[in-house]
Amino acid sequence: MSNFTIRVGHAEFEPGAEIAALSGNPAAGAIASFVGLVRNYGDAAHVTALELEHYPGMTEAELARIVDEARQRWPLTAATIIHRVGYLPLGEQIVLVVVAAGHRRDAFAACEFLMDYLKTRAPFWKKEHYQDGSSRWVDAKDSDDDAAARWMAQ
Amino acid sequence: MTLNLIYFARLKDTFGRGGETLDSGAASVAELLAELAARGGVWADELGSGRVFRVAVNQTMAGPDTALAAGDEVAIFPPVTGG
Repeated sequence: MSNFTIRVGHAEFEPGAEIAALSGNPAAGAIASFVGLVRNYGDAAHVTALELEHYPGMTEAELARIVDEARQRWPLTAATIIHRVGYLPLGEQIVLVVVAAGHRRDAFAACEFLMDYLKTRAPFWKKEHYQDGSSRWVDAKDSDDDAAARWMAQ
Repeated sequence: MTLNLIYFARLKDTFGRGGETLDSGAASVAELLAELAARGGVWADELGSGRVFRVAVNQTMAGPDTALAAGDEVAIFPPVTGG
């Protein structure tokens, strides 16, 4: 798992440093990355923060399974997934996926696959906090299930 | 036999607890869910037929027919919403 890293915790991450860390392999001609951020609207308007809960142990195991599936589909040289948990105010980074491969198509596709599968399979739950002080658990989205399902046909 | 139950997110709030140790005779996930729903109230509301939730046994996704053994860790939670 040396080139394939999974980290779950509250600590901030630095995307540039994580991308640079995967840049050393001379066979890797492409690196694709995705950063998810806390947005000011979700199931309702005026979101001020998200609270991320997870299932310690299973989260890491499930992410490892998802990475294994990606590696069976595309020839990846390296990948990093970082997912934050805890209280994350507006604008904070939530998730990072970085994928390195020989060619860009594999890197793009694997990056999107990892995010689609993470959103529907990894045991994380978001609670939205609103400007008026109220909060609410986010409902799972059919659109996320659809995004993950389309990979099954490929 | 003893099962270690864990609840997450909305279900943790609704049930008013993050988990419990349960002395159960349930041989499968379906039997366990029926046992919990029989408590009535929020348990019947959340775990009754037609409600959407997920179950993991020993940190692997499970279905109604998944068998249970003494000491198993059974987590019940809403569909995931990470990313």
